[in-house]
Amino acid sequence: MADMREPIESGCPDPWQYMHPMMRKNFGQWKYHDHPRPGVLLHVAYSGDKIWTVKAGTQRILDVFTLRKLCDIGDEFAEGYVHFTLRSNIEYMVTDEAKVQPLIDALEGSGFIVGGTQNSVAMISHTQGWLHCDIPGTDASGVVKSMMDELIDEFRNANMPNRVHITTSCCQINCGGQGDIAINVQHTKPPKINHDLVANVCERPSVVARCPVAAIRPAMVNGKPSLEVDERKCICCGACYPPCPPMQINDAEHSKLAIWVGGNHSNARGKPTFQKLVAAGIPNNPPRWPEATAIVKRILKAYKEGARDWERVNEWIERIGWPRFFEEVELPFTKYHIDTWRGARASFNSSSYIRF
Amino acid sequence: MAIEKHSTPMLDQLETGPWPSFISGIKRLRDEHPEPRINAMTNDLLGQLEHSYETRKGYWKGGTVSVFGYGGGIIPRFSEVGKAFPKSKEFHTLRVQPPAGNHYSTGMLRQLADSWEKWGSGLVTFHGQTGNIMFIGTDTQNTQHFFDEINEYGWDLGGAGPCVRTAMSCVGAARCEMSCTNELKAHRALVNNFVDDVHRPALPYKFKFKVSGCANDCQNAIERSDFAVLGTWRDDMKVDQAEVKNYIADKGRQYYIDNVITRCPTQALSLTDDNALVVNNRDCVRCMHCLNVMPKALHPGDDKGVTILIGGKRTLKIGDLMGTVVVPFKKLETEEDYGSMVELAETIIDFWAENGLEHERCGEMIERIGLANFLDGIGIEPDPNMLSHPRQSSYVRLDGWDEAAEAWFERQAEAGK
Ligand code: HEM
Ligand code: SF4
Ligand code: SF4
Ligand code: SF4
Ligand code: SF4
Repeated sequence: MADMREPIESGCPDPWQYMHPMMRKNFGQWKYHDHPRPGVLLHVAYSGDKIWTVKAGTQRILDVFTLRKLCDIGDEFAEGYVHFTLRSNIEYMVTDEAKVQPLIDALEGSGFIVGGTQNSVAMISHTQGWLHCDIPGTDASGVVKSMMDELIDEFRNANMPNRVHITTSCCQINCGGQGDIAINVQHTKPPKINHDLVANVCERPSVVARCPVAAIRPAMVNGKPSLEVDERKCICCGACYPPCPPMQINDAEHSKLAIWVGGNHSNARGKPTFQKLVAAGIPNNPPRWPEATAIVKRILKAYKEGARDWERVNEWIERIGWPRFFEEVELPFTKYHIDTWRGARASFNSSSYIRF
Repeated sequence: MAIEKHSTPMLDQLETGPWPSFISGIKRLRDEHPEPRINAMTNDLLGQLEHSYETRKGYWKGGTVSVFGYGGGIIPRFSEVGKAFPKSKEFHTLRVQPPAGNHYSTGMLRQLADSWEKWGSGLVTFHGQTGNIMFIGTDTQNTQHFFDEINEYGWDLGGAGPCVRTAMSCVGAARCEMSCTNELKAHRALVNNFVDDVHRPALPYKFKFKVSGCANDCQNAIERSDFAVLGTWRDDMKVDQAEVKNYIADKGRQYYIDNVITRCPTQALSLTDDNALVVNNRDCVRCMHCLNVMPKALHPGDDKGVTILIGGKRTLKIGDLMGTVVVPFKKLETEEDYGSMVELAETIIDFWAENGLEHERCGEMIERIGLANFLDGIGIEPDPNMLSHPRQSSYVRLDGWDEAAEAWFERQAEAGK
C-alpha cells in the first residue's frame, strides 16, 4: 500500500488540444460536404477552407505496433491528428488535396482498407466475444474478420442504395447494437446449474432479479440452498451467468447464430427502428463462419438490387413487404418469427394490406 | 528467453483474406515485441483463444478488481483454464474515457502505447461500444501501475457496473455542416459533472449519456443512451435556391421529386414549376433527409438547440427501448443553459436512484411507473411532443382533468401562445 496515490478525477479530457487545427479554426462553421471518391470526404467551410478526410478500416483490436503505424501515417500526412468513428474506423484529415492520394497509398500499402463512407457497407461494430467477455457464445472479432474479408468490396465502394450498418453481438443481450443487418449469437438451451457451487458463489436474490422472464426460483437441492430454472419459461439469454457463474450458459453445440435486419438509428425519413429476426439456427462454425456470411451476402444482394436510392434496409422491406423479403433472400418463415414479447400485438397485421 | 508457442491452426485461418487480422497483430506481439512478459502473455492468450475456437466455448469469468479510490472502471477477467495458459490467467481490461468526439493527437496515442506496453499486453481498442478506449489485458498489479501512469498525464477511467458510464459525442461541429450544437461541450458538461458516479458504482444500473449534433444521430443516442441529446433548430431551414437548381440540373427533376419531395415524412416539401424548393417549415420535423440529399442547398436554421430523450437502452431486461422525448427543445448557448441541462440530468439520476429497482434501467423504470409519474417526479410539464399519439386505453380516472386543463392554458399564456 506504500505507493497508494489519490486518483486525479479528471473525467472526460478536453478534445480541443487533440483536434486538427483546421477543424479547430472552422468549428461550427462548416458549410457543406462532398464525396470525391469512396473513403474520402471533402468538407468546405463558410470561410472557404477545405479539409479532406480519409477513412480507413482496421482490425479494431490493435496491437501497439499497428497503433504506432497508424500514428506514423498521421504524422506524415495529417499533421499528427486523427479521429476515430463510432464503428472503430480511423480518420485522417488533410488540408492539402495533393496529399490525399499518397495518404490512401500509404494506408493501403500498410494493409489498412480505405472506404466506409457514404453508401458503403461500413465496418461491423461488435463486442468482445471469446477474447474477453464472460458469456460469449462466439468470437465477435473472428466473425467480423471473416465477414469483412468477404464484404471488403462493399466497404471499398459506395454503391449500396444507402449506407449499411452491420453489427455483431456474441449473445442475445446484444451489446453490439441495432444494425441494418445484425449477427447475434443465440444461446438455445437453459443454463446448466452446478448446484454444489451456487450457495457459495451467488447472491441468490440478485440472480433471481436478473432474469427477464422470472424463470429462476430459489430451491433446495441435495440439502443445499441453490436455484432452479423453469426451463419452459427460460429464453436462454445468459443474464444469470455473470452474477452466478455456476449457471453455465456457454454450450458448444447449442449456441447458434441468428440474423436480424432493419435496425436504423437515424431519424431521416422515418423514426428510428429496431431490428427484426429473420434467420436463426445458423451454425456457430469457427474459424470462418461461412454459413452466416452466406446469408448476409444474400440479404445485401437482394437489398442492392431491390432498394431505391436512399432506402435503408428497413425502408426497402417496408415497401416490398416481409413476405417478398423472405422470398427474395430464400429464408424460411416460421412460427418463431411471430413476436411473443409484450407489445407483440403491435406487430400483427390488422388490415387487409397484403401483397400478391 | 524462448517461449514454446502454442499451435493455433484455427486462428491461423483468420490471417488469410484481405481485411486486417487481429490475430496477426497478437502474433506480432508474441514474436516481435522486445518485452518477454508481453511475448509470454500474448502466447497464452492465443493458446486460450485457440482452445475456445476448438471447443466453441468461452473461458473468462469476472471478479472484482479496481484501482485505489475507485469502485469501477475495470473489467476483471480471470481464466477458467489458467493452468494451461498461466501467463494470461489474469487479463483485465481498463476502460479509459476518450476525449469528447474521439479526437487524438498522434503524440498522445504514442504516449498511451508506451505506457500500455510497459504495464499491459499491448492490445487496445478504439473504442468499445460504450465509448471507452479499451486497454485489453493486464494483471491486477499492473492495472494499478498503468492507471497511475496515464492518470498523471490526463486520462481517467470510465464506468463499469451500475454507474454513470463513459459518454459519447459525434464529430459534429468540428467537421460536420449538419451540427446544431456544441457536442463536445454538452458531452463534457454532462459526464464530468458526474465523475463521482462514474467511479463509484452506486446506482440501480448503468446510465449513459450520448450526444449527436443532429437527427441523423450518428452516435445512436436515442437507441443506446439513457440521456440522449440531439441537436435541432426551430426557425426556418435555410434554402439556397441557386444550389437547388444546380442539383436539379445535375440529376434531373424526376430524381429530386422521387428522392426528396416524396420522401419527406411530413410532406413539407414541394417543387415549383421553375424548380424552386418550397418548405413548409411548420410541418417539417427536422428529420434531416432533405439536407442529407442536398447538403449544399439546405442548411439548419439559426435558432438552434437540442432535443433531450430519456430512457433508451438495449435488450436486457424488458427488451429494447428507444429514448422518449422529455425536453422537446432547449437552447444550449449560455453557461446557464448548459448548467440547467446538467441540473436536469441530476434530477433524473436522483429520481431514478431513489425509485429504480436494482438492475433496472431508467427507461424500464419509466415504463413501470408511467411517463406521467416520471415527469411529475422530475418536475417537467407534459407536452404533446413527448408522444406519438395520446392515450388509447379508456381505463383511466379523469377526476383531475379540469385543473390539468387550466394549468395547460396558464402555461400556454406564459409562453405567449
Ligand atoms: C466481459 C463481458 C462484457 C463486455 C466486454 C461487455 C461489453 C459491452 C459493450 C462494449 C457494450 C456496448 C454498450 C453500448 O454501446 O451501449 C455493452 C453493452 C451492454 N452490456 Fe455488456 N459486456 C459484457 C458483459 C455483459 C453482461 C454479462 C451483461 C448482462 C448480463 C451485459 C449487458 C449489457 C447490456 C444490456 C448492454 C446494452 C447496454 C445498452 O446499450 O443499453 N454485458 N457491453
Ligand atoms: S453481446 Fe453478450 S457476450 Fe457479447 S459482449 Fe455483450 S454481454 Fe458479452
Ligand atoms: S438464461 Fe436468462 S431467461 Fe434463462 S434463467 Fe437465466 S436469466 Fe432467466
Ligand atoms: S449526428 Fe449530425 S451533426 Fe453529428 S456527425 Fe452525424 S450528421 Fe453530423
Ligand atoms: S428535414 Fe425532413 S421533415 Fe423537414 S422538410 Fe426535410 S425531409 Fe421533410
